[in-house]
Amino acid sequence: MRTAVLTSETDFEGWRAAAREMRLAGVEPAAGRFVVEGAAVQGGLFEEAAKFSDPPATLRCPRKEREFSVPKAFVDLAREVILHRSADRFDLLYRLLWRLRDEPDLIKVISDRDVADALERAKNVSRASHKMKAFVRFRQVEDAQGEAWVAWFEPPHRVLEKTAPFFQRRFTTMRWSILTPDGSAHWDRERLSFGPPATRDMAPAEDEIEEFWKTYYASTFNPARLKVKTMQAEMAKGYWKNLPEAALIPELVAASSVRTDVMVATPAPEPNVRFARVVARDLHAARPDVEAVADSLADVERGVQACRRCPLYRDATQGVCGEGPKTARLMIVGEQPGDQEDLAGRPFVGPAGQVLDAALEEAGIDRSDVYVTNAVKHFKHEPQGKRRLHKTPNAGEVQACRWWLDAERRLIQPKVVLALGATAGLAVLGRKPAVMQERGRALALDDGSVGLVTVHPSYLLRLPDVAAKAEARRGLVDDLIATQRLMS
Amino acid sequence: MARLDLRKKLSILADAAKYDASCSSSGTSKRDSVGGKGIGSTEGMGICHAYTPDGRCVSLLKILLTNFCIYDCAYCINRASSNVERARFDVDEVVDLTLNFYRRNYIEGLFLSSGVIRTSDYTMEQLVLVAKTLREVHDFRGYIHLKLIPEADPKLVEMAGLYADRLSANIELPRDEALARLAPQKDVGVIKKAMSQVRLGVEAAKPGKRDKIKPPKFAPGGQSTQLIVGADGAPDTEILDRSASLYGGYGLRRVYYSAFSPIPDSSSILPLSKPPLMREHRLYQADWLMRFYGFSAPEIGEATDGGMLDLAIDPKLAWALNKRAQFPVDVNRAPREMLLRVPGLGVKATDRIVAVRRYRTLRLEDVGRLTRSVEKLRPWITALDWTPGGLTDAVDLKARLTTRAPEQLSLF
Repeated sequence: MRTAVLTSETDFEGWRAAAREMRLAGVEPAAGRFVVEGAAVQGGLFEEAAKFSDPPATLRCPRKEREFSVPKAFVDLAREVILHRSADRFDLLYRLLWRLRDEPDLIKVISDRDVADALERAKNVSRASHKMKAFVRFRQVEDAQGEAWVAWFEPPHRVLEKTAPFFQRRFTTMRWSILTPDGSAHWDRERLSFGPPATRDMAPAEDEIEEFWKTYYASTFNPARLKVKTMQAEMAKGYWKNLPEAALIPELVAASSVRTDVMVATPAPEPNVRFARVVARDLHAARPDVEAVADSLADVERGVQACRRCPLYRDATQGVCGEGPKTARLMIVGEQPGDQEDLAGRPFVGPAGQVLDAALEEAGIDRSDVYVTNAVKHFKHEPQGKRRLHKTPNAGEVQACRWWLDAERRLIQPKVVLALGATAGLAVLGRKPAVMQERGRALALDDGSVGLVTVHPSYLLRLPDVAAKAEARRGLVDDLIATQRLMS
Repeated sequence: MARLDLRKKLSILADAAKYDASCSSSGTSKRDSVGGKGIGSTEGMGICHAYTPDGRCVSLLKILLTNFCIYDCAYCINRASSNVERARFDVDEVVDLTLNFYRRNYIEGLFLSSGVIRTSDYTMEQLVLVAKTLREVHDFRGYIHLKLIPEADPKLVEMAGLYADRLSANIELPRDEALARLAPQKDVGVIKKAMSQVRLGVEAAKPGKRDKIKPPKFAPGGQSTQLIVGADGAPDTEILDRSASLYGGYGLRRVYYSAFSPIPDSSSILPLSKPPLMREHRLYQADWLMRFYGFSAPEIGEATDGGMLDLAIDPKLAWALNKRAQFPVDVNRAPREMLLRVPGLGVKATDRIVAVRRYRTLRLEDVGRLTRSVEKLRPWITALDWTPGGLTDAVDLKARLTTRAPEQLSLF
């Protein structure tokens, strides 16, 4: 049996050096063990105790065989596992180190018994560290140097040194100490240092703010939703003795069912006396009449926001009405607002809008002279994760929304109406046009104005081929130029 | 009015804030107090500093600035017509409480909301002032979650985004008609517009690849919202559709579902009963399926009964029982997307299986070490030494998977 002596329970470097020597010496896992200096050693009479500083027996080996490497993942895992409070952790790690010689990918085989065991212990350590960040409670003290903060904490694993830097980063401007049975950590606003184990009586017994904290804890608890098991799964009873608020738990639990029953059984009371004086205006009492014929663009705007003619309002942010001068001679009608238009509440501000703007500019049309609107005022889409995918509105939705488009046309009285794409064509012409055949041609409309059809700018965005895109863009610009001619 | 002492105020205004389920402090930018004049840090993962007996985490000091309110929302304890005791904090009182709690490591930061007093703008201004004081006067680098008053001026929302990690506006009820009836001073359109503004703000704050000067931060922890379950008649499918629409539209980090809870002094137009906690739990599970498991709201809806999720089994199991033709799934070959659909396999377990099967062909025992419980998985998977045979199609499979220890019947 070969025994290595480590300087402390968390002496990772010591374990690492000793384990390396042992593996080089060919000490099988069953024949090697690790003990901590000062801890009670139960050993055989003829044991060879070796500190890692002793000259290793392996010096006789050729140099090549003295070198071996292990994956970084193993070293990281071992650093964590060594903080676990189990006695056999050193042996488990050595067994893994030993096995790595023949199974270099072992650490990735997380279904392996030893690897799974080590991962489980690392998880417990990580959890203990996380809970330390959560459950340390500082109390304020005054000493010769002024204000300081002291906490007493009992972590289930030896995570003090691992976790102390967290408190340093968080409370950089405070002078604090965390005392535990394993050791203590001190931050003096400049340097983090570690000291010997402490006892509970070395920490202050109270802090006046704790009463406020307990008041908060009791008030934020909802007695109608008692779930004691859920609480205990996250805040194990072992932590309770050092949490000031935990003292309240028994009485909160005991009183909760009574409090809930009283709430459920009490009849609804009369409104309080100051109610009528303070209450704000009922927004829904004066909803606009969406059946009334709109007299102004402002009426259209109000009507669209309140519109329930089709269900599209439900998942949209807002209705998006047209935008442009009331005296515009050209009206451009798109299909429907897209994602960006829906958020901003303005037509053609998204990617398709940018294509349109560029094409308008090339055709020599000033967008600020044009009334730009859509056939359908709400964004029809389907959610997919964090995005919304455009869906083409159906004939029923187009028909329902013609109420608003017709109102806009009646109020603006444009000379020319340009429909972008088939849906807009349907809304303007009353029939679905064959866009590619009919594009760029003057079509007589019922109200005496001239209609034109062209492609929707988003069509360009969907074309993957650069040449096809350029051609489609030329077509759009040509149709805009044809539109321009019709106005003069 | 007599001045209330600070502890009494804290008790009133914490009690008034507790019906908001959100207490998350995760997902914001990483920062600490090194080199600063104050205290505070955020390191990605949120920290729950305590748990109350309702199983909820206490991560933030969650309070209202005031519970005076000019709105009369039937489901809310602070509605104008309620007889609840009222209180109001000064800005400095909230700032002091936050710092005092933070120094003692009780909290990750502040979650501040408020009843609407005077005007929406005035109220929002006060909320922003608290956050501004914490950040600028005290160099506080902990977490701040501010509730948006949706009717407030967009400029105030913009300021709130500069100081807060997270912003939230509650959509409150799944049905717009119910909101109009139960919260007559609120308008769902206004709430959605506020959410739009936050999404656009968050997107604008993301630096482009070639930006040399980074745009100012805006709510790095994103936004969330809350739906009350069981106060209007909306079935689960409608609630999930609404959530899917909110996730897609506004890039929400979370939708919280809050079982309508009886409140002291409650309104007569609402159901007075214990909160439907199991329903709330199933909704959260379904929400998880949508966000992390690749399920769509309609898919989950297929396995519901009249639009309601089965309360006895989780929604993934309900879905799988309906789609048995797709099972069993070979753990050694199936794509990740399909493994995620196996009842009993979570995201972590799935990733472990995918990682380890490059090195080993898995037996049932191996799967057992990679997951919580292999028993639940048996009907749905095949492994090197396991095939479920007729188990997958067993008529009584649901009963077999849900049997609990027999209970002694009452004699009376």
